[in-house]
Parts: sequence; structure tokens; C-alpha cells
Amino acid sequence: MEPMSAHAATHHAPPQGFIRKYVFSVDHKIIGIQYTTLSLVAAFIGMALSWAMRIHLGWPDAHIPLLSMFSPNGAPGGLMTPEYYLSLMTMHGTIMAFFVLTAAPMAGFGNFMLPIQVGAADMAFPRLNMASFWVTFVGFVLACATFFIPDGPPLSGWTAYAPLSAVGTVAGPGQGWGQNFWGLSIAVFCVASLLGALNFIVTTLDLRTKGMTLSRLPLSTWAWFINAWVSLLAFAVLLPTCLLLVLDRLGGTSFFIPAGLVINDQLQPHSGGSPLLFQHLFWFFGHPEVYIIILPAFGIVSHILPTFIRKPLVGGWKAITYAMIAVGTLSFVVWGHHMFVSGMSPFMAMVFSVPTLFITIPSVIAVLIWTFSLYRANMRFDTPMLFSLGFISLFISGGIGGFFLAQPSTDSYLHATSFVVGHFHFTMGLSAIFAAFAGFYYWFPKMWGRMMNETLGKVHFWLSFVLVYCVFMTMHLTGFAGAVRRYSAFVDDFMVPLIPTQRFISVAALLLGAAQFIFLFNAIWSRFQGPKAPDNPWGATTLEWDTTSPPPFDNFGGRQITVYHGPMEYDGEASVMQTSPEVSVAGT
Amino acid sequence: MGDIAVPHGLAEAYEPSLFGTYSKKIGMWLFLLSDSLTFGALLFAYSYGRISNPQWPTPFHKESILNATVMTGCLLSSSLTMVLAVLAARRGDRSWTRNWILFTMLFGTAFVLLHALEWSKLIAQGMTPFKNPWAATVPQFGGTFFTLTGMHMLHVTIGVIYLGVVALRKKWLPTLLLLWLVAWWLTSPDNVFHIGVHVLLLGVVVSGMVLFLKPKDYDAHDVEIAGLYWHFVDLVWMFIFPLVYLMSTRVTG
Repeated sequence: MEPMSAHAATHHAPPQGFIRKYVFSVDHKIIGIQYTTLSLVAAFIGMALSWAMRIHLGWPDAHIPLLSMFSPNGAPGGLMTPEYYLSLMTMHGTIMAFFVLTAAPMAGFGNFMLPIQVGAADMAFPRLNMASFWVTFVGFVLACATFFIPDGPPLSGWTAYAPLSAVGTVAGPGQGWGQNFWGLSIAVFCVASLLGALNFIVTTLDLRTKGMTLSRLPLSTWAWFINAWVSLLAFAVLLPTCLLLVLDRLGGTSFFIPAGLVINDQLQPHSGGSPLLFQHLFWFFGHPEVYIIILPAFGIVSHILPTFIRKPLVGGWKAITYAMIAVGTLSFVVWGHHMFVSGMSPFMAMVFSVPTLFITIPSVIAVLIWTFSLYRANMRFDTPMLFSLGFISLFISGGIGGFFLAQPSTDSYLHATSFVVGHFHFTMGLSAIFAAFAGFYYWFPKMWGRMMNETLGKVHFWLSFVLVYCVFMTMHLTGFAGAVRRYSAFVDDFMVPLIPTQRFISVAALLLGAAQFIFLFNAIWSRFQGPKAPDNPWGATTLEWDTTSPPPFDNFGGRQITVYHGPMEYDGEASVMQTSPEVSVAGT
Repeated sequence: MGDIAVPHGLAEAYEPSLFGTYSKKIGMWLFLLSDSLTFGALLFAYSYGRISNPQWPTPFHKESILNATVMTGCLLSSSLTMVLAVLAARRGDRSWTRNWILFTMLFGTAFVLLHALEWSKLIAQGMTPFKNPWAATVPQFGGTFFTLTGMHMLHVTIGVIYLGVVALRKKWLPTLLLLWLVAWWLTSPDNVFHIGVHVLLLGVVVSGMVLFLKPKDYDAHDVEIAGLYWHFVDLVWMFIFPLVYLMSTRVTG
């Protein structure tokens, strides 16, 4: 049997009919677009929630009529209750962390690009792939459904700390079925992530085309591959954590609820459990989770940079890849730094603070690789490049805040202030979003076959970049001044002088949100009206640019792909495709 | 999952796999890796609860330990028969592949049945996920017991069904599911055998069908992958048995 026909025969034939083609599709490209679209919808929902919160923080007496239509109990007359503020905060965190930051850079772009980048026709298990998207979709529907049940969404934060999350409606509105829905939604999301991670790993290991050795993998593939391992191990622990939480709530067990707990003057009928157990289990997942969010961003930026600086990254593929492997590995031994002030033994705090300082080393190596690579480069400032540079800037700024928080002594002062909010929005929130934007602008021509508008892209970048600093750098300052995190209004004495600053943040946040509609318009308009994209608009070297835009059903139109080079074969304007047998130009 | 990736050795178009093996097998190993962390988290929760509650009861005596030992014996034997099934599949012996899978399923079913009997005995003594008759301040005793062993029992049940799927032709699956549903509906909830009966019936039905069917051509890889899962489930029990049962025995000197 001819090898290529064996390949085609074992894979599915092109589907017929709308449902098999676009809804329950097994084609990794459609699934990638489905994930990306789901994340975009989720991102705009999450952003709308942050708007409501910022308006309330800036103007605590403001009435938002739309909100009272949406939730008559949570915001009577449009003035939100403190509990409803917490609900908005919880759902903002949940939707953004899981359904945007975990889904978009990994499952969205990864599903579309990884099989093409390794030269395969599809994922290793296409039906499993379809299942992981639709399971994610169920999780997303469950999360959004909390807004429409009578008590509203839960209010215990995206971390759902027990015992608040474990005791039921006595802890506040939304802690009844809202919290149950939350637990089920996240459990379902865990299953989807596990299936996806498994598929990514097997595809990278087994479906690499002839000549695509590990040393020739594009850096984005490396990042998705490493990240799939981290997801596989981390989500496997969040799943039983959600299970135990739901058992505490619905089965009457006491895994996370201690004896003698009094909430709202009611003694809880539980004993023997430990809230610290929940925190250990949650953060064993939760800290790797922030790297699950940022590693694909590392990969996307490392993939995009060489194209636009026209030379390889400093240190070649090895330095950045080893740095990412080190980050992924160390991410499993630092979870205790989220618990410095939780009542954990101070000795343990010291034990966890050491690897926390260590994990900055590979992160700093990665940052230095990106910045040193820019030195004397013949840069092109297209929109994907601008967003990549924006990512590096935000990641550095956020990382500097990390030095303050990694040490138990300074963390005791800063831990519950807006300093932390500013810090993690820089490092894992906005930097990952910027990398996702870089990926979106970079791969849009390949995914939809049309170019995006450059001018609108640049306007979008500069507005976002400046306003992100206005919002989150200012939060670092208010944090030093003592502005407490999770408070719905700053009306206590010492925080009143901060109100003008809070208003500045709010205005900047609203403008930042408004700037995203430029992006939305650009994406939708270009999808239908943009100029047709050539096969390789950026002069890149990897396999996804070695096929039509968008690629045919089997990715390469039946062509046998053989790879001769690594992905960073640039020398000034000259570049060599990975499939070209020509001699290397840059000597890598 | 018929849409399996290209088996290596067939396709010259690919780089050799890192592990030189079948994609589906790597997939199963990865699943087992993540499942071991899931069980690890539950065992961690159990250990945490146990250490932080000094009044942890130790009610498992001779009878329970004997029962659990027989259950352990069932699982260990089933691992042996599973190995024999894989060996038979590799040398292309269809009827012995079928027979050894059948024995594995029977041992698995016996395990679930004995377990279900034990559960109903404990429930009759007043032990539930949120209380136990031996130490009122330590409700975790019941909670962790039922969560850990329940999760494991779920895995064994899925394993028995999985083996049935491997051993049977696909066209029999709807009939099988129908029989299972009927069995579930016909047992009343207060019946002692309620928890285990559908597994038992399933085992009997599958065994009967397997015996009367002409053995199909088994893919030795599929049998081996099912075997990986089965051995993993057995291995998990080798942690649960000492931690949950043997450590909860009162040692009187």
C-alpha cells in the first residue's frame, strides 16, 4: 500500500452536509475555529462583567439600569449589592481563566495549527477531539447558566475557597445552585482539557511527518506539547477536587468543613474537615494553571518573533525550549506560595518560597532570549509583531511585581490588595491575551483565507497597550496604598482619598474595553471583505505557511511532506521553508 | 474509536514514534497517568483527614478483612487471566483470548459483587458518607471510604464493560445495553444486591453471549490496551486495601 493512501484511508473522508462539516465536525481546523469563537464570546462576556464592577468601584452610588433588568435581586434599581459584586467577580475570573485563557491559546490555535505544523492530516484521535470541544461547550453553558437561576452566580471567587463554597445558601445568595453549577461546570471542563491534552501529546509524538524531528518542531508546537503535559497532570487533580466539593455540598460529607463553623449565626452541622485541604488540592492544580495559561503565550511569541526579526532566536530552539520545560516542571512544586497567609505552617511557607524564587530563573531566561534576539534585528512592525512586543513588555512588568509577592514578608502586607490584582492581570491575564491577539492577527490569514486590516490592527494595539498600563499599573499603586481586593466599594475612611484614582482606573478600563470593539469589527469585516490572503503573507518558514490559505481538508492536498530544516532559517530578508531541501541560510 | 492514527510500521510517511509503539497505547498510558493523579488526590484527601483526626475509628475486624482479602485475591487472579488473554491474542488463538477475557470479567464481577455486599452491610450498621457509628466527630471515615472505594468500584465496573466491548462484536452492544437497563429497573433500591446486580447480570449476559458467539478476530493491540487499564485498576486497589482496610484494623496485643 502507498504510504500516503494508507494515511488517507485510516483517516476520515471529507464530511458531507452542514452538521457534520461545521457543527459536529471531526476536522481539527473546524474544531480550532470553534474553540477560538467560544473564547471570543467568553472574553466579551467576561469583559462586560468587569465593566459593571469597575463602574461600581468608581461610582459606588451609580445605578446601572441594564443590570437591574438582568438581575432584579442582585441589583435592585440598578445598584448592585455587595454580594452581587462578588458574583460578578467570581464569574469574571471563572470565565476568563478557564474559557478564555486556557481555551484560546492552547485549544483554539493549537487545534488548528499543531497538526499542520507537524505535517499531519489531523489529530491522532479526531473523534476524541470533537468530544473535547463539545464537552467544553457544555461546561461553558453550565457556567453561563448561573446568571439565569434565581439566586444568581456563586460568590466565592474563581478559586471557590472552602468552607464558603462548601456550606450552601447560608453563605450567601448564589452559594446554592449557583455554586453547584460552578462545580459541575469546572468538573466538565477538566474532562475536556484532559481529553484535549492527551490528543495533543499523542499527535506530537506520533504524527510528525518525515524529517520532522523533535529539534525541528516549531516553538509553538513545543509549547503546546509541554503545556499538554502540564494540563494532563494538573486537571487530573482539579477533577476530584470538584467532585469532593460537590459531595460536601450535595452529599452531606465534610471534607472541607471544620467543626464548630458558624456562618451567619448558624452552626454548621459538620466536623473534622479542613479548608486547608481544599487549598492544597486547588492550588496543586491552580499554580500549574497559570503556566497552562502562559506557556502557549511563550510558544506563540517565540514562533512569531523570528519571522518578524528575520533571524533565529538567541540560543536556537534549545534554550527557549529547555526554559519552557523547566517552567512546566517547577510549576508543580510552588503551589504553597498561594497559601503563605492561610494558616499553613511557616516552615512550609519557606519551603515553597525557595522554588518560587527558582521558577523566575527559566522565566527570566525566556524574557532575555526574546529581548536579546531583538538586538540589531531588521524588525518589521506588523500587528502580530507589535502584540508580541506588547506581551514581552507586560510580562516583564508583571514579573517585577512577582518579586515582591514571592517573599512571605512582603506578601503578608500585599496579599489581599489590588497589587495582586494588577500583578496577575499583567503576568497571566493581559500578557496571555496580548499573545493570543498576536496569534490571532498572525494566523487569521491562514484560518480564514483573508488579511486583516493593518491600520485598524495598529490602532487597536496602541490603544490597548497604553490603556492596559493605565489600568493595571495604577492598581499596583493603589495596592501599596492599601486598597483591599474583593471589596465592592471603597467607602472606609482610609480608602476614601483613593476614590479619584479608582475613577481613573475605571475610565481607563471602560476605554480599554471599547478599544476591543475595533478588533471585533476588524475581525468580522476582514472575514468577509478583507483582501484574499496569499499562502505565506509574512515570509514565514513553518509548514502551516506551506499550504493554501485556508488549508484543504487533508491540510496539504495529498502532498507528501518532507522536512529538511528547523523553523528558524532566517538571514535578513532570506528565509528557507522547512520543506525546502536548500542549504540552511543561518547555520542552525 | 475506529479513527485510530496510523499504526507505525505501516506508514513510511512518518517520523518513527518516540516510543516505537501504537498511538492508541500511548493514549491509554497518558490516560492512566492522569487517572493516577486523580486517585492520588483522593488518597491525599483521605490521608489528610485521617492525620488531622486522632479519633479515627478502626472498626474493620476479621470478617471485613477476610472479605477484602478474598476481593484482593479476585483482582490479582484477574490480572493473571488478563495477561494470559493478551498472550493468547498475540499468538492469534481466538478462542482462548475470548475465554481468558471472560475469566477476567468474571473475577471483576465477583469483586464488585463482594464489594457491594460489604457496602450494604456497612450501611446496615449505620455508616454513611456523613456519619459512622464508631466516631461521631469523624464523619470523614465514611466519606473517604465511600468516595475512594466507590471511585475504584466505578473503574472496575467500567473495566468489565470495556472488556465486554473488546470481546464482543459491535452489533451486540445495543442488546447488551438494553438488557443492562432492564436489569437495573427490575431490582428494587432496598434490595441487598441492588448496587451490584446490574454488574452481575451484565457479567452473566456478556459471558453467555461470548460463549455462544464464534470468537471474532481480536486485535492483539486492543486486548493489550484493555489489559493496561485493567492492571492499573488492580494496582490502585493495592494502595486502597492497605491504606483503607488494613490500617483501620484494631490491633489488640
